Amino acid sequence: MDAFLIQILNGLDKGSAYALIALGLTLIFGTLGVVNFAHGALFMVGAFCAVTLQRVLTLSFETVDETQKDFLGNPLKVKTPYVESWFGPEAGAWIIDWAVPLAVLIAIPIMLLVGYVMERGLIKHFYKRPHADQILVTFGLAIVIQEIVKYFFGANPIQTPPPDALNGVANLGAALGMEIVYPVWRIVYFCFSVLIIGGIFAFLQFTTFGMVVRAGMADRETVGLLGINIDRKFTIMFGIAAAVAGLAGVMYGPINPPNYHMGMDFLVLSFVVVVVGGMGSLPGAVLAGFLLGILESFASTTWATTTIPGINQIIIYLVAIIVLLTRPRGLMGRKGVMEE
Amino acid sequence: MGILEVKGVNKRFGGLQALGDVNLSVAENTVHAIIGPNGAGKSTLLNCLVGKLIPDTGSVMFDGQSVLGRAPYEINQMGISRVFQTPEIFGDLTVMENMMIPCFAKRDGSFELNAMPSVGSQKDIIEKAESMLDDMNMADKRYMHAAALSRGDKRRLEIGMCLSQEPRLLLLDEPTAGMARADTNNTIDLLKQIKDERDITIAIIEHDMHVVFSLAERITVLAQGTPLVEDTPENIKGHPKVREAYLGESA
Amino acid sequence: MFGLDKKDTSLLIVVALLTLLAPFILNPFPSDSAMAQFNAGYPDLMQRFVIFGIFAVGFNILFGLTGYLSFGHAAFLGVGSYSAVWMFKLLSYNIIPAVVLAVIIAGLFSLLIGFISLRRSGIYFSILTLAFAQMSFALAYSVLSNPKFNLTNGETGLQVYADDPQWLHGANMPDVPHLFGLSMRSTYTLELGPWAFDFNTGYYICAIVMMVAFYLAIRIFRSPFGMMLRAVKSNQQRMNYTGLNTRPYTLAAFVISGMYAGLAGGLMAAMDPLAGAERMQWTASGEVVLMTILGGAGTLIGPVLGAGFIKYFENIFSKINDNVLHGWFAFLPDGLEDFVVTIIHPFVGKGWHLTLGLLFMMVVIFLPGGLVEGGQRLAAWVRSKRNKGQDDETTGKTEPAE
Repeated sequence: MDAFLIQILNGLDKGSAYALIALGLTLIFGTLGVVNFAHGALFMVGAFCAVTLQRVLTLSFETVDETQKDFLGNPLKVKTPYVESWFGPEAGAWIIDWAVPLAVLIAIPIMLLVGYVMERGLIKHFYKRPHADQILVTFGLAIVIQEIVKYFFGANPIQTPPPDALNGVANLGAALGMEIVYPVWRIVYFCFSVLIIGGIFAFLQFTTFGMVVRAGMADRETVGLLGINIDRKFTIMFGIAAAVAGLAGVMYGPINPPNYHMGMDFLVLSFVVVVVGGMGSLPGAVLAGFLLGILESFASTTWATTTIPGINQIIIYLVAIIVLLTRPRGLMGRKGVMEE
Repeated sequence: MGILEVKGVNKRFGGLQALGDVNLSVAENTVHAIIGPNGAGKSTLLNCLVGKLIPDTGSVMFDGQSVLGRAPYEINQMGISRVFQTPEIFGDLTVMENMMIPCFAKRDGSFELNAMPSVGSQKDIIEKAESMLDDMNMADKRYMHAAALSRGDKRRLEIGMCLSQEPRLLLLDEPTAGMARADTNNTIDLLKQIKDERDITIAIIEHDMHVVFSLAERITVLAQGTPLVEDTPENIKGHPKVREAYLGESA
Repeated sequence: MFGLDKKDTSLLIVVALLTLLAPFILNPFPSDSAMAQFNAGYPDLMQRFVIFGIFAVGFNILFGLTGYLSFGHAAFLGVGSYSAVWMFKLLSYNIIPAVVLAVIIAGLFSLLIGFISLRRSGIYFSILTLAFAQMSFALAYSVLSNPKFNLTNGETGLQVYADDPQWLHGANMPDVPHLFGLSMRSTYTLELGPWAFDFNTGYYICAIVMMVAFYLAIRIFRSPFGMMLRAVKSNQQRMNYTGLNTRPYTLAAFVISGMYAGLAGGLMAAMDPLAGAERMQWTASGEVVLMTILGGAGTLIGPVLGAGFIKYFENIFSKINDNVLHGWFAFLPDGLEDFVVTIIHPFVGKGWHLTLGLLFMMVVIFLPGGLVEGGQRLAAWVRSKRNKGQDDETTGKTEPAE
């Protein structure tokens, strides 16, 4: 029982990331009708927002401390981060410690801007082009973004630790009398993604803006005929989808140190998630994201990998292929979306 | 016994009864029109004939064989060709190539891995396609991309493509919809000519009464998914029930 | 000639001349000159030109004709390479059984994947092929590489070891891939003054295979089958209502292009008897898509041009480093020189992928028809310029004789 629950929990953090990326992909796909191969890159850019913030916060100046000597007898040079000198050593240290959660704040405007520029500058011109062209141009863009990040940050993964308070493990099963030891940050990540998913759904459900977007997803032409400026709303939607992917990336850093190709790795799987969930279905994307994440976690157990070596690496693809062949529209797909 | 026999066909979409107990018999070598107001189920009926939809109950027999459950391409190979409301042609291909493809389909069946000989070496196909282009008065446009043709020419080409398969039954779905008067009259003349020169049965779905009455030998009136009456054009014109249901006049 | 019309025959002859004379054409600069770095006439690079040419020509049969965008063709290339290396391990270093098996296995594999993927079209098809390719990559990288059942040798890559059976290996045969004793690595260097030209056996074998592959592709393009594939791209609805079953047509195209990929993979292993999983990654699939688009999807010569273009610039760009750049811009004032070098630096050397990505976008945005269309536009522009300069009476004569 404990082992079973642990596997479900282990699947949740990856599942959260899949769900968040897939949600954005579906939003873009459902509203703009564009297949965005650069969406994984947005996830990665988000993660590097955290890296950047961490670097900026730890920028330091050197002072000479006369009271201390190094081993040669010279006065010791001490590095002090600027934030510590501005906010005092304690507050400064706290800010640096909380760099990753704080990065969420800067990532929101940055990702909205990136999304806006991407949509207005590039994607907009591809609404009427064939899907193959959309795939290709966003694929090219993904490579470009990836290489730019690689140029500035190098090819190696960069550690982005969580705040000390949220580092370490907790026993989740204490109340139930079970031993379920689980990293705290993964719980944070799961709650964070539930919050974002809930926020997006509430936004689409309860605001006029969201209503128009949902109507647009159902039938773009009709909404256009109503004289509603759907294009601008879709631009904003693209920005939001970019922000969701970015935030998923920011918070993912402590789970897996960011590297420049993490976006591509997640993108392929997220596409699979979207397809399994059903193109154009938001609940489908979320459901499939968590399901596949958990499934992957179960396939990674020693029992599974000794029975069928490497099953954890192919399980998602196998499921996707079976789903596509038995339920062509995915788990929750609607009729008429993307069918020729 | 007609070439096409529709018996007791029902089709529901959710709560909507699109077709209710449709019986229809199209006699060989006639022009049979199916008319009716919007939403009468004409297109649904047509889609049931060509394999795009499968009726819930009932039977559709073509020349003594059931067409139900067969894919569109199989039904076509049985001898039913369909002309669409908006012309469906191969826009990226030239007019000549458009005309050759149905000739290949007629000669080689639904699939043939004919990958090594060149198209130019298929003399029989070229000859056939050329003579059909002549018949359609389109020989001068043979190297044009089909997408660049006018609406009327696209319609001509599509009809020619269907005819080059030598079908026994030609189904036309509102062939003059959205056409200017001149194009409509040209199409009527073309269809009349086809009817006179070939051994062919034509079933036509049409809105335009002018077209219907200039072509049809039998007319079935469909209303709310059910055939109301079937008769000759003369009798249909004066039929009170038709006037009421279709023309919206109170008798 | 060979059942082709005049235009296609001359195209074939041009390609044949280009490939056969490649050692000269690609080495225009004397080997001691500063420009020698732009030479591309090394055996392994020339081999890559033609092997990727084969790959792209095959991919074009699927994508260019039917419009089905596969994102997983690298999987077939990888399968071809693995099959070939297994033939080396089991039989001998003779490349004939290796390449033949590579084509057959890749054909069977693509039949399986195509049969499933082609049940869907459009974006679903692309994602299905992508999923299959990633799965194949995972299979090759780890799943099929465990002590119990080691088919791919995982991360290390599959290679020939001294204790492999090699049942047909003759004592007098070379210990490298060969064609009945003729080693793939043997190279004759012709020195003409400061120029040096390499004539490599492996390259010429690949070149001949590519010409055959290209010739077959022309035949397919010009055949009724090819016309049907274009019809599939143009209007599937009309196909179905014309009594044609689109599924076997697309499947046949898929398998043919899969076999071309397998052939390329087999040749790759024949040039260097090693097969690694990275060959199957989806970025590798993306590369062949790019080659096809860049050259011009749906055109005959396009994919060959695209493959050559990409591989050439990959090689050249990767070699340029800051020293080279400083050498080029030495004539500029110091500050400006550094500035220019800094600007260019990210795009060259290790930054080749950045350039590649930009190129990808530029081509899709500005030149969807690829280099071939670009050339045609340029020719049309030149023609109109020339016509303007001439008197009205001559303009009628400058119409192209197509």
